[in-house]
Amino acid sequence: MAFDMKNWLKILAVVILFYVHTAGLLADVPRLNILNETIRALYFHVPMWFGMISLFSLSVYHAVRYLLNPALDQDHRSVEYANVGVVFGILGTITGMIWANYAWGSPWHGDPKQNYSAIAMLIYLAYFVLRGSIENNEQKARLSAVYNIFAYAAMIPLIFILPRLQDSLHPGSGGNPGFNVYDLDNRMRTIFYSAVVGWFLIGFWIATLRIRFKLLEETNLDLDEKVY
Amino acid sequence: MKKSIKYLIAFLTIGWTGSAYAQNAEMADTFRSEGKIYVVVAIILIVLTGLIVYLFLLDRRINKLEQVVARKKQTKAEGKSF
Repeated sequence: MAFDMKNWLKILAVVILFYVHTAGLLADVPRLNILNETIRALYFHVPMWFGMISLFSLSVYHAVRYLLNPALDQDHRSVEYANVGVVFGILGTITGMIWANYAWGSPWHGDPKQNYSAIAMLIYLAYFVLRGSIENNEQKARLSAVYNIFAYAAMIPLIFILPRLQDSLHPGSGGNPGFNVYDLDNRMRTIFYSAVVGWFLIGFWIATLRIRFKLLEETNLDLDEKVY
Repeated sequence: MKKSIKYLIAFLTIGWTGSAYAQNAEMADTFRSEGKIYVVVAIILIVLTGLIVYLFLLDRRINKLEQVVARKKQTKAEGKSF
């Protein structure tokens, strides 16, 4: 079965991103101390994390579906969503480090948000190490699906709960300006949520391409096998 | 339709100008007033366009390959039934 993303969704993603990259730089933002113009990073850095979390959610969804009904195409989906999710996470980390270097004085400041998101990334990298270490495809799919659920269950508190229990310099934490009701003004909201949707759609699109490629590889192998 | 597009544009461009923010932190106002920000926007949009076009081309290539493989599969199935 063809697995495809609707063309209008692709176009929508492109239009949204054009809007975000134009308005994100040109539209007015709150004039806040310390943050200054870097408040615009909200439109570009934060959607990476939102994209990562959505893609990991899709990944764990397909991991559960694989465990309920073992079919290798569920495994393909699960691994490719995780793959693109990790790319988003790496981009989020790097963009965060650039900003931290400017605002906090060093790229790795040991802020709870930085440390815990790094741990979450390492847990997901271990997922790929685990997959790489198993030869048998069914075993690989089953074990990594189980691990995927654990990784997701660890990622959620690492990203959403633990950083909130400690003091953090990250914007939006404690009394720091950023993502909270008082500062994230309605004008920023439109662009920010558009950016989240746009980048998620792009990530989803790339993942579907990778899944289709993987299915093709598999069909090709099947075709070859029957010859001999 | 026309009306909804009008509303959409109005919604998306709310508050692009005419700032009423109280805190007066230093912003890149000179940079903006010189119009150089448009250079940055243009550069970013071109990079974005390039990457998106690349993604569309990749999509098309996979599409074509899928058709080839589907045909190959079909001929194989027909050959088997004989």
